Amino acid sequence: MATGSLAQTGAPVVARRSSGVWRDAFSRLRRNKLAMVGLVLVAALFIMGAIGPLIAPHKFYVLDVAAITENGFRPLHPFEPLSMRTGHILGTDDQGRDSLSRALDGAQISVSVALVVQFVVLLIGLPIGALAGWLGGRLDNLLMRFTDVMYAFPDLLLIILMSVTFRNTWFGQQFNGLLLVFVAIGLTSWVTVARLVRGQLLSLKEMEFVEAAKAIGVSDRRIVTKHLMPNAIGPIIVAITLGIPGAILAEATLAYLGVGVQPPRASWGSLISEGVKYIRSDPHLVLIPAVLIATALISFTFLGDGLRDALDPKLKGKQ
Amino acid sequence: MASYLIRRILWIIPVLFVVSVITFTLMHLTPGGPWAREKRLSPETEARLNLEYGLDLPWHQQYINWVTDFIKLDLGPSYRYVDRDVNAIVSDGLGTTIHLGLMAFALAVVIGIPLGIFAALGHNRLPDYLSTGLSVIGIATPSFVLAIILVLIFSLGLNWFPATSNRWGDWHAWVLPTIALAGYPVAQVARYTRASMLEVTRKDYVRTAHSKGIRQRAVVVRHMIRNALIPVVTILGPVLAFLVTGSFVVEYFFGVPGIGRFYVQSIGTRDYSLLMAMTMLYAFTVAFLNVVVDVLYAYIDPRIRYS
Amino acid sequence: MTSPSETAVEERNRVEISVGDNLATEVREREAKRATAENLLEVRNLSTHFFTVDGVVHAVDDVSFHLGYGETLGLVGESGCGKSVTALSLTRLVPDPPGKIVAGEIIFEGVDLLKLSNDEMRRLRGKDIGFIFQDPLSSLNPTLTIGYQISEAVRQHMGLSSRAAKDRVVELLSKVGIPRPRDRLNDYPFQFSGGMRQRAMIAIALSCDPKLLLADEPTTALDVTIQAQILELIGRLSDEFKTAVLMITHDLGIAAGMCDRINVMYAGRIVETGSTDQMFDKPRMPYTWGLLDSLPRMDDERGGKLRTIEGLPPLLIRLPDACRFNPRCPYAQDLCREKEPELTVREEGHLARCHATEPGGWIP
Repeated sequence: MATGSLAQTGAPVVARRSSGVWRDAFSRLRRNKLAMVGLVLVAALFIMGAIGPLIAPHKFYVLDVAAITENGFRPLHPFEPLSMRTGHILGTDDQGRDSLSRALDGAQISVSVALVVQFVVLLIGLPIGALAGWLGGRLDNLLMRFTDVMYAFPDLLLIILMSVTFRNTWFGQQFNGLLLVFVAIGLTSWVTVARLVRGQLLSLKEMEFVEAAKAIGVSDRRIVTKHLMPNAIGPIIVAITLGIPGAILAEATLAYLGVGVQPPRASWGSLISEGVKYIRSDPHLVLIPAVLIATALISFTFLGDGLRDALDPKLKGKQ
Repeated sequence: MASYLIRRILWIIPVLFVVSVITFTLMHLTPGGPWAREKRLSPETEARLNLEYGLDLPWHQQYINWVTDFIKLDLGPSYRYVDRDVNAIVSDGLGTTIHLGLMAFALAVVIGIPLGIFAALGHNRLPDYLSTGLSVIGIATPSFVLAIILVLIFSLGLNWFPATSNRWGDWHAWVLPTIALAGYPVAQVARYTRASMLEVTRKDYVRTAHSKGIRQRAVVVRHMIRNALIPVVTILGPVLAFLVTGSFVVEYFFGVPGIGRFYVQSIGTRDYSLLMAMTMLYAFTVAFLNVVVDVLYAYIDPRIRYS
Repeated sequence: MTSPSETAVEERNRVEISVGDNLATEVREREAKRATAENLLEVRNLSTHFFTVDGVVHAVDDVSFHLGYGETLGLVGESGCGKSVTALSLTRLVPDPPGKIVAGEIIFEGVDLLKLSNDEMRRLRGKDIGFIFQDPLSSLNPTLTIGYQISEAVRQHMGLSSRAAKDRVVELLSKVGIPRPRDRLNDYPFQFSGGMRQRAMIAIALSCDPKLLLADEPTTALDVTIQAQILELIGRLSDEFKTAVLMITHDLGIAAGMCDRINVMYAGRIVETGSTDQMFDKPRMPYTWGLLDSLPRMDDERGGKLRTIEGLPPLLIRLPDACRFNPRCPYAQDLCREKEPELTVREEGHLARCHATEPGGWIP
């Protein structure tokens, strides 16, 4: 009849396969077709930005007066015989500057915006969030009120204001104004990451309490790091990836309004503002940067969405 | 509820304070001052103008002057348009800008929400792909690029709508600017609604509703859509903020006679009071709209309303 | 000449009377059917599988049982054994994807539910088959009033006007023991306590006087002190209306208190079935012994360890032909690892799935 506790006597029928958080996430990401497309495009974008200007047929600021003259002082169009002959595969603008090279320079600008701005965001957001979360109390309260106010200030306004203010200073002149753009956009974007980090630290503190209070028998600190680290890093990675489209868009808008990166550098936004007047006769001047911006924004958005779905603990184990 | 409402409204004040301080400081850090134009003015003229406009006073004094004027709703003189003051400039264009923003917002809600709902209901089938495709275009296209594309197709191509106009009483002129401005909001609202609906589909109370044997349509409308729309309200805040700040780019492009045009110009010319006023105005609008959204959210979720 | 309000009152009374009349007839009929031992529900070879990226999960594997009118049947097992999925399969509420009922018949009052159209099935849900879910907080819509949610099934299936429905809801609320029901009609779920929410769920499940009530661990999410009350309520109401109940629980103690018969499930299969007396008197399957043994007893030594069944249930993917319990069974022998036992008779109405306890097996 009823016996004492039953001892295990053999191997399980089918062993349960243990799953690592990262392995799960990677496989989920790989299965997400849209995210994979985004990843490929992002990689392509990085390559374009990194080595593109180095391998471009012309320097982006060089005016090919000869070609322009030959074309009757009108921009060259992509894939036309004259363009191919003079090495301007995608045509030129009205001053003879090669469209492909300028587009590649724009790619470099966008890529650097993507990287540097997020770096600034981490630089500011991580410490502030960590301080607020770890120390708690008054400091946390103060910082949170401050971030609430920053949150309420419309981003673009502040970015424009800062750009306008400093554009004629020494700081604003570095790298044709690119440094100013990085800082301005970064200063308005760190709030999300700070909040995230703070939240993670708060729950970490909670977890240690639980650990101390109840001896679960799983007091292995490695488990805490194994569960906590993925939990903390994951949302930060997602937030950063999803923040990149906003940064690229902000930079493009600044350039379009004339307050961003200054000529002769060819941000996609300034390419568009220059090309608008030729939209009837030479649409390629606008279409090329427009398509590139759209691609950059789409690819980071898809990738960010995919990362978020892959790392979302609620979806773990479900299909 | 009432105390929540009051707290949220009072919150606007510190926000505006910080905004004004930051803006004021930045403005005055700009080298060159408001008188730097193509022609350099003589030092005496500059000094006289500074005296006249109170620009020779120490900063904190200038700020206090500005605040007291602001409270009286006197936005100061324009440094650029010497014959007009900011109040006049703003009141001219404000109505137009609000009109444009409201129409774009209406478009975002009326198109975005149904788009998201149908995408979720037709998950992984045609409605989903269509909706996601449109959303992606909306997000990935900056408003000025969208404006260009619209002009290319509908003005230069089909000649249905004008790219710019002098006759803003005529509704034709409003179509393209509204669509250009609404592109991003429609996309965000649709995406968010879709995600929210998909989450609601998995909820236990939807299963309970099915177990009662009520019709599918009733389940969707009464149980799913109501609950799905509540979180969507939370993104209306950022959407409205976007409409406010994005409007000036669109206005600039299409030549809409709103205040956005002046804002862009004041950026270039360092017109102090105009820039201060415009920034404060935009910031106030965004803060106010955020409060409205917060209150709306608290109202429609009975868990918050009754606690 | 009757005034409009008088006609409305008359109308309401008439509807109520007809509802009451119908119910009285219904109860008599159910009692009659029970007497003739006609079965309300016959499940034959039901299999429900979940198609996931990691493989096909055999959540419910070739399950058969029956339930008579007014009878209370317990479905007992640990988490993941397939008991909830069985209940969901009965009402075809298994999430698809990834789940699918791949085989079997569910004969309800002589009709195979699996062959009905979606609409026909929908008409049975809520009306003839009621469902009580485990977690009343997540199972109730937070943005609709309790009164509205209870009235939904009634208005859908019985066509009552909203006034008549409201009265019916008040009647139901008081029947499930919620005080001042008319005041609480317009409350939201979050304003109810856990126990009261579950009472509301019971009201929903019973609102149209179903013939079959599926109760999926109705007390697991509640305080222990409330559990007894809820179980007593379910028992009392099902007795009163001769409702057949499928009581799903992991707690044999609960099953003992409420059920006429018990099915023990393990790893998607039924491993023992019999009347409650038979189960507790002479269980014939080591898993059942483990379950019984794990119940804490009054005469247990204080501070002693709780008795458990060591090990974990198997992953329900790619199961070999062997007894699914054998890795955790101290009586397992080679036969158990090579061939899965069938459900065979031990005494009248009592079947078990175990090589060892079969006549001629190694446990007498």
